[in-house]
Amino acid sequence: MLKMKNWQGHRLTKDNNMPSILSVRNVTKRFGGLVAVNSLSIEIPKNSISAVIGPNGAGKTTFFNCITGFYTADQGIMEFNGTVINHFGPDKITNLGITRTYQNIRLFSEMTAMENILVGQHPRLKTFWAESILRTKRFVNEEQQALEEAQRLLNFVGMQGLGDQVARNLPYGAQRRLEIARALASNPDLLLLDEPTAGMNPNETGEMTRFIQHLRDELGITILLIEHDMRVVMGISEQITVLDYGSKIAEGKPKEIQNNPRVIEAYLGRGAASGLEAAAA
Amino acid sequence: MNKKFTDSLKNPFNYGLIGGVVIVYFSAIGIVEVFSERNLIGESLSLGHLMLFFGALFAGIFTSKKIEHDNPLPNILSGAFAGLVSSIFPLALYYIGTHFNLREIFINVTPNLMDLLLFGRESAATGLFLFMLTTTLLGMIGAGYYLLPDVIKKPFTSGFAWTLGIALFSENVTQILRTLDKLVRDRSPQSTFIRDNIRTIFQDGSLVPNVAFWIFLISFGITLARVLLAAKKMDQPAVVEEELTPKKKLAKQITNMVLLAVVLVFAPVFIGRFLSQVLFLVGLYIMMGLGLNIVVGYAGLLDLGYVAFFAFGAYTMGILTTTTNLNPGGGLNFWMTLPIALMVSVTAGLILGFPVLRMRGDYLAIVTLGFGEIIRILALSDWLAPIMGGAQGVLKIPNPVFFGKVLDTPETLYYIVVAGSLIAGFISVRLRDSRLGRQWMAMREDEDVAEAMGINLVQTKLLAFSIGAGFSGLAGAIFSARLGNIFPHSFNLLISVNILSLIIVGGLGSIPGVVIGSFILVGMPELLREFNEYRLLMYGILLIVMMLNKPEGFIPAEIFKRELHAKDEELAGAQAD
Repeated sequence: MLKMKNWQGHRLTKDNNMPSILSVRNVTKRFGGLVAVNSLSIEIPKNSISAVIGPNGAGKTTFFNCITGFYTADQGIMEFNGTVINHFGPDKITNLGITRTYQNIRLFSEMTAMENILVGQHPRLKTFWAESILRTKRFVNEEQQALEEAQRLLNFVGMQGLGDQVARNLPYGAQRRLEIARALASNPDLLLLDEPTAGMNPNETGEMTRFIQHLRDELGITILLIEHDMRVVMGISEQITVLDYGSKIAEGKPKEIQNNPRVIEAYLGRGAASGLEAAAA
Repeated sequence: MNKKFTDSLKNPFNYGLIGGVVIVYFSAIGIVEVFSERNLIGESLSLGHLMLFFGALFAGIFTSKKIEHDNPLPNILSGAFAGLVSSIFPLALYYIGTHFNLREIFINVTPNLMDLLLFGRESAATGLFLFMLTTTLLGMIGAGYYLLPDVIKKPFTSGFAWTLGIALFSENVTQILRTLDKLVRDRSPQSTFIRDNIRTIFQDGSLVPNVAFWIFLISFGITLARVLLAAKKMDQPAVVEEELTPKKKLAKQITNMVLLAVVLVFAPVFIGRFLSQVLFLVGLYIMMGLGLNIVVGYAGLLDLGYVAFFAFGAYTMGILTTTTNLNPGGGLNFWMTLPIALMVSVTAGLILGFPVLRMRGDYLAIVTLGFGEIIRILALSDWLAPIMGGAQGVLKIPNPVFFGKVLDTPETLYYIVVAGSLIAGFISVRLRDSRLGRQWMAMREDEDVAEAMGINLVQTKLLAFSIGAGFSGLAGAIFSARLGNIFPHSFNLLISVNILSLIIVGGLGSIPGVVIGSFILVGMPELLREFNEYRLLMYGILLIVMMLNKPEGFIPAEIFKRELHAKDEELAGAQAD
């Protein structure tokens, strides 16, 4: 027991005094001849906001799909809170505590905002289906609590009074927030956000950035996000991983990434880094 | 002639032609002639006439719909034009039919039909002129009818609907009256009031003209009064309708339930044997419809082999209750077999569910279709003949016995079906409003995301399949106990199609929709025996009309209404912006 603690302590100092909630080691995903994710290793510290960035087609969303069980990684190990999740299906992984949002919003568009959140609560509800036919006390209580909880979440994402609205009819920003509320409903430990500010104006983007920070600070949820807006990424993430052609080319704090020549090269093309330096000089 | 005028004739012309095609079609397939035997009101209006003319009438209505004028004259005139045009094709049919022998292809184009087109006149000229005049008038009436303000239109519609309805269902109305008569005479043998009046209302199955007039007048009056009252209420905005308090709501619900119970319990006493049999059948289809509604409506899994579970239930009941090689000592009784039939069909649902878990949409439909056929062919096969009887089926299935009373009439078996449908409906409602219902709904909307929400797709799909199969299996068991003999060919694809159609017509995912759908698609054809030959044609027409005008069904579930009218809403929204 003591040994274990020591070992963990060792890790703690290594990872900025934070144990990792998700540790990905040498994960590879191929589609035919295309290597979408190439031997990728990432440690996501607990209670952090981390980001994965990279040019289009770098394999960021594929990586998310591997973590959430939508794809099965060809090689490597993914460990979440000490459990190896490589061969788990999406439902099992969600039940373990990882939820996600999608790049192009995927709400249950014909259902109301409230119903969307109620579906999101699925992993937390425990009554057996036959109890709903008999309306047992346990079932009624649980449904009541689920409704209250859904209302609370709706308020939390700033959508008071919109519970009866059909998801499809909600404004864009509200749909994004509803998707996050739905993901939060299962009480996750790790939340994956796939381009949460895509298609938003600067105003909305700022709001969303504050909201994400708020999520971590208030609820203590670890957040991993894919984002293209550098202002958002640099503003809120504590750790950034840069992917290019499926491989990790850089990792570190925002400051380190900003000045990394390989990152600049990946984004702006070969020679751009030296050009920039020359321009700065 | 200026261009505007010719343009304005275009729509009426087109609608008229379509109306004409409808008339010719109905004539050529023999509906008009067959139905002309069936008098609706007196000797003057037959069902054949109705078929002949409704093309012209609707041409007028549609024409009028397309034109918006403050002045009714253009509508009426173009309606008349549409009506006139709709006579072109029938006249052509008459000409060709009398000059050439069409009967080698259209065997129904008989001299009799030709006479009908002439309204029985000797001279072709007068007859055809009369025909044209009638269609023109009908076109005008159709156009004018559309223009009527609601206050007059609604009473007119209701008047016509009631009169034609009673005339159409004359046989059934007579039956109900006869049953009532019998009930009354059991008490007081002298009273012959109802019996005497049956004869004054109907003669040879057709409504006596002045009675028809009175029926029209009464329903017209009642609806007019209701419309006027409603209008008056609308004029007084001061009276704010109070929200019903929960207590009042509950009281209202209880009253409705008690009323429903009374109607359900006493219905067979008043409606007689034949109608009880019809209700029995409708109830059976409601049970199956509710089951399929869970699979297709809630979970979004298109199952075309649903009849298989019906067969499982029926055969389980048949095999276990009769004396066969399996149980030479005689069978179990109905009540013991019922839960076994339920279990067997639920298991069958699970077995079908497993291989098709990964399939979606069309693929699933094809595989389930195959499954349904496999079951039918297995039942028919020599291989299983020692158990299932092969083509001979299972014979002499005993009727259920309830506390020593053998339930062998439709009036008594009706209660079992009512109980079964009520239970199925209850379970459906409870499941829909539960976590499982939401799981199904989410799965139907987006399977991947549903899985990412932690929903176990395997479990959720299998539950839908097996619960749906259970309802159908129960219906099958009751069905076989009612008929006494079951044969493999009773379990063909058409039953699956029927059930699916009734769900769609009623409204996918809606429980009242299933009830209405069963009454329309199962009950009506039984009552309208005249249409029996054209049953599938009527199905087709009904389905097409429904899909074009009301794709969400008669009583739509909220979620499908949203889905199917998403475009309209967006358009409305865009206009509002």
